[in-house]
This record gives sequence, C-alpha cells and structure tokens, in this order.
Amino acid sequence: MRRYLLPFAIFLVLLIFLGIGLQLKPREVPSPFIGKPAPMFNLPVLGKEQTSFSPDQMKGQVWVLNVWASWCAACRDEHPLLVDFAKTQSTPLIGLDYKDKPEAAQAWLKQFGDPYQLSVSDIKGQVGIDYGVYGVPETFVIDRSGVIRLKHIGPLTKDAIEKKIIPLISSLQS
Amino acid sequence: MKYLSILLTGLLFSFAIPGSGFAQNNTAPTVSDNPVLEKKVLELANELRCLVCQNQTIAESNADLAVDLKNQVRQQLSEGRSKQEILKYMTERYGDFVLYKPPFNASTLMLWVGPFLLMLLGLILLVRQIKQRKQELSQETFSAEDIERARQLLDRKLGNQ
Repeated sequence: MRRYLLPFAIFLVLLIFLGIGLQLKPREVPSPFIGKPAPMFNLPVLGKEQTSFSPDQMKGQVWVLNVWASWCAACRDEHPLLVDFAKTQSTPLIGLDYKDKPEAAQAWLKQFGDPYQLSVSDIKGQVGIDYGVYGVPETFVIDRSGVIRLKHIGPLTKDAIEKKIIPLISSLQS
Repeated sequence: MKYLSILLTGLLFSFAIPGSGFAQNNTAPTVSDNPVLEKKVLELANELRCLVCQNQTIAESNADLAVDLKNQVRQQLSEGRSKQEILKYMTERYGDFVLYKPPFNASTLMLWVGPFLLMLLGLILLVRQIKQRKQELSQETFSAEDIERARQLLDRKLGNQ
C-alpha cells in the first residue's frame, strides 16, 4: 500500500496545479496601467464633432471609460448592463468609440440606447494603443487625480459591475 | 473517391485564394519601399506578441491590432527611434506580455530557472538512487545454494540461444 502513496501524492499535486491552470484567464493580461495616470488625449466628441474631450476635463471626479465599437459583437452583450449602470449610478460614463465609423456608431447608439455622458471617436485607434486596448470592449475606472485604478478586459458582467466596479467607485469617492 | 477529394481540395483553394486576397486588401499594411527599414520592422515585429491571438507574433498575425502595431513600429523606426525605445513604448502600453521573449525578472524567475531546478532535482535523486542500490547490493550475501541456482538459470538461458 505504501508504495502507491508517493505516486498518489504527486498525482494530487499535479491535479491541484492543473486545476489552478484551468482557473487562469490567459486572455486577461495584467495591465501595466494600474496605478498610473490615464494617458492624455484630445478627441472629437461623437455626434458633436466640433467639440472635443480630454481626460483633463474629468479631474476631480471618479469616472469610467468604456471602449466600444459598433462592429464589436461582445459590446452588444455588454450594452444593456451599461444602460442599467447609467440609470442607477451617478458616476460619469465616457465612451471611447474605437476604430469605428462615426455614422455607424451613432446608428448603433440610436438602436441600443446611449448610456454615455459622451463618446469620443478614436477613428485611427491611436488612443486605443495608448491605453493598451487589445480586446474591445474594455473598461477603465479612473480616480479623482486621473489615475487608472481598474481595467476590465472583455464584456462586463453583472458580477463584475456589482462586485468590482461599484465597490471600487464608492471607495474612491469616499 | 479520389476525384472527389481532388475536386474538394480544388474548391477549397479556389475559395482560399480570393478569400485571403480580400483579407489582405482590407488590412494591407502600408509597406514602405525601403527594404532596409522593412527588414528592421520585420525583425521587431517578430519580437512582439499579438495580444489578440496570443500565440503569434505581430509579424505572423493579420489581426487588426497586429497590423496597427506593425504600422506603429514602421512609423517610429522611420522617425529614427531605436529598437529599445520602441520595445519600451510597447511594454508601457501592453506590459511585459507583449514581448515574445519574456524578460528575466522576479515574476518570470521560475519560468527561466524552473526547468534547470527540476533537472538538478532529478539528477540528485538519480545519483542517490544509484548509490543506495550499489550499497544494498554490496551488503547482500548469497548462500551457496542461491549462487548455484543463479548459475543454473544463466546456463539454461545460454543453452536456449
């Protein structure tokens, strides 16, 4: 009996490691931005192209930046949650319309509802690169001094909003 | 059956070729006509990971982001930026993960050293096992009866061949 003990122990350890491996999300690359100032930009506001928006304008308040696009299927899944978020939360939600045609983006917002205080058009995707965006949708929580506190890659879930985003926002606001 | 498979393969190719052509048109990188620059772009692109399709470099990938990043590399190189500066630009945005060859630091220590540690451990265990076995054998005593039996077995084996 004892001779089976060691292989069995090794098997158990292996099983634990494989189990941990299954829980990992290799698509979610740790962002180098956490705790760093949000990169600056100045982009035209979607639908009001003569005006522009810069993160500087949000200094002094906690806000959420959501990267989306009308061509992005996962954004459609996430969208109702954002509409809900905008209805129930007072935190400003800014959209970054990533590599999109402004007309298509506006039509999309008309069809599914516009939860954003405003969206900016990043037609060339340069701001996307500056924010390290690689899987739209992505969501950033930025604090009062303009520092990125959280990055969520992929569509938001009810769980992520309720357990991560909202608690973080309220702790940043207090 | 053979003809069918040839036909099917042919069909596959006839779809594949215009298909890929279309994709290329869509995302065609603006290749500059400077071969020295292009060589440098390719060299750097081979060191950067495509984050959308994580097991490819941006040189291999045709994903939108990979094309954008290649263009970024090309533009920065043509502006005279060094390789180090461009790699820094990429890691500032996408983290160390963007480097196809992970850097040697605290979080990747086990990645680099782990295999050698495992090999060392294996060697130590092997040597110990061999030594122990040798010692056990040297302490073993055999009666005349055992030796005679062994000889008989060996002789029989030889006789069979």
